[in-house]
Amino acid sequence: MSGTFVGMPSFPRAAKEAVHNKTLRDNLRHATHTIRDKRAKAVAELADWAELREAGKQIKDHTLRHLDRYLVQLETRVTEAGGTVHWAADADEANRIVADLVKATGESEVVKVKSMATQEIGLNEALEAEGIAAYETDLAELIVQLGDDRPSHILVPAIHRNRGEIRDIFREKMASWGRAAPHGLSDTPADLAEAARLHLREKFLRAKVGISGANFMVAETGTLVVFESEGNGRMCLTLPETLISVVGIEKVVPTWRDLEVFLQTLPRSSTAERMNPYTSTWTGTTDGDGPRTFHLVLLDNGRTDTLADEVGRQALRCIRCSACLNVCPVYERAGGHAYGSVYPGPIGAILSPQLRGTQSEIDASLPYASSLCGACYEVCPVAIDIPEVLVHLRERVADQGGKGHRLEKAAMKAAGWVLDHPGVLGTGERVASRTRKLHPSKLPGAGAWTRSRELPEMPAEPFRDWWKKNRKPKTDGKKP
Amino acid sequence: MRVALFVTCVNDAVYPSTGIATVRLLERLGVEVDFPEAQTCCGQPQFNTGYRAQTEPLVRRTAAVFEGYEYVVTPSGSCAAMVRQHYPKIGDASAASLASRTYELTEFLVDVLQVTDVGAYFPHTVTYHPSCHGLRMLGLGDRPRRLLEAVDGLELRELPGADECCGFGGTFALKNSDVSTAMGQDKVNNAVSTGADVLCGADNSCLMHIGGVLRREEAPLRALHLADILASTREEPLV
Ligand code: SF4
Repeated sequence: MSGTFVGMPSFPRAAKEAVHNKTLRDNLRHATHTIRDKRAKAVAELADWAELREAGKQIKDHTLRHLDRYLVQLETRVTEAGGTVHWAADADEANRIVADLVKATGESEVVKVKSMATQEIGLNEALEAEGIAAYETDLAELIVQLGDDRPSHILVPAIHRNRGEIRDIFREKMASWGRAAPHGLSDTPADLAEAARLHLREKFLRAKVGISGANFMVAETGTLVVFESEGNGRMCLTLPETLISVVGIEKVVPTWRDLEVFLQTLPRSSTAERMNPYTSTWTGTTDGDGPRTFHLVLLDNGRTDTLADEVGRQALRCIRCSACLNVCPVYERAGGHAYGSVYPGPIGAILSPQLRGTQSEIDASLPYASSLCGACYEVCPVAIDIPEVLVHLRERVADQGGKGHRLEKAAMKAAGWVLDHPGVLGTGERVASRTRKLHPSKLPGAGAWTRSRELPEMPAEPFRDWWKKNRKPKTDGKKP
Repeated sequence: MRVALFVTCVNDAVYPSTGIATVRLLERLGVEVDFPEAQTCCGQPQFNTGYRAQTEPLVRRTAAVFEGYEYVVTPSGSCAAMVRQHYPKIGDASAASLASRTYELTEFLVDVLQVTDVGAYFPHTVTYHPSCHGLRMLGLGDRPRRLLEAVDGLELRELPGADECCGFGGTFALKNSDVSTAMGQDKVNNAVSTGADVLCGADNSCLMHIGGVLRREEAPLRALHLADILASTREEPLV
């Protein structure tokens, strides 16, 4: 399992497989529709949702505009509180920093609390190469890890699995990673949760090093914040002797006051809860309480490049709530794996090509993985205009040329010429109409359309001819 | 009152009946309709596929063609959304001005003419698919439904999952054909579940996709543009 899923096929091919996998489609549809309906209810409870959304957008925009200042302030505060700050320009640098920090403790295993940043950089694989075992402790991450699988959703990485599949994974795999699943494990949620709890408890109590991400970092005090539902994160954050947090630089907010907005919008948007059950905050180190050593690795990995793009930078406002995934009709059919990245769905389609560039086949295909229906923009709690960024990135991909786009560009140019000459357009339409009986019902080359849909029948005459015959004499054709 | 009809390229070439229906409907309501013949395409397919440079001349042309008309009416939510949302960003002041004068058909009927009962007669069961651009970019709200509900003889049936995209999405329908079709099939299944005779929409590009799936699956209903239904009367009923 690699954080960047190198070698993934491009989106349409990967999606095609998912579309025809009935179990996957049923799992996804059920899960996304359930959470989408719950979210809508949770959001409707707040009379000032529109204002909260605007506030979240503005806080993030302000912070991004002055990112350098807030990051330096954060570094100062973390250092004053007894922590150490490391700056990582890319994945390799971040992985090396973390591996060296772990090795310095003399340990060969770590527990992890859900962190997309570490998946983005492929940290688990990098640690494994150094002989360090990394155990995921978030329930869904655990399922993904035991199943030797890849996450397919931001919030529910194992959304593509049903209960029966999870029971089988636990039964088969838990023993080789630690405490085995209880004998005769059933697929009831309570039994599955208990099996995971017993398995994880053993790891929490043994681990000397914890690795985490963070939802937010507060610059004014140097505090990191994690929102979670299970409490496993809190175990990871408090029990180990050494804590290493790997966080993208866009996660900083200026003050505690700013958190009040996201404390309302994030849980409702992601889990449809009024408040998440566990909110953990930590600031450097405290004598006699929690980890004795704290390291913060601030990750760039394409973020400053994204920030430099006027239209695309709004993607950095993302608070990873996953609301856009749950309403996306394309995600619902294609599943998370088709996006070839730890960030699937609409946000993945705009974030990954910006963080990684649009050179690879998968990254060039992602901006087109949308019908531009706008449902994602409508639900986004920080008002990221995802369709706008998709179109913007399409421009970049089309400009770049690449497979298929040279031909497409030529066709667009030709069409543009015709459309700039209404006389030619009218003639073309007339020819198409008069030869309509000759059109085969399955046009060659139109395969992508006619494989699954009928083509419309051509009319006897275009509208402009009807107008000429039936109406033109009645008007003088002059503008008012 | 005099308006310019922006018929759109898809309606002109493939669905002229929708343009004709729009003209008849507006004339019946006492509106004088003009069709500036130099119009072609709003540029949305080019723009949404990432060809901004190829879009700009079309934006200029469209803005020039409709210069001076107080009201420009189009039977396409998607093209109206292109003009309204994107023209101010792509073109100059005349493009921005066109954006403020462009109305999708149901907006024009309900907001400008202030009618919901247009005197139509259509004795069928109908379910309505609100296209994404009409729903989200234009915010048409219940205007199309109010118009349909006032049609004599028409029985409106609720479409499950109405606000979900049908899967057309312009070149998306070709570039991601499998996902697009899966979305279209779900839309069709939902429409069939209503038992209606007609699936109605206000965007022929979406209807081309949905209708294509309908006919391939031999589903027991047909796709029709809202304008065709509103133009139908007792004297000249649409069959
Ligand atoms: S883009 Fe918006 S809706 Fe999607 S995960 Fe990020 S914050 Fe949530």
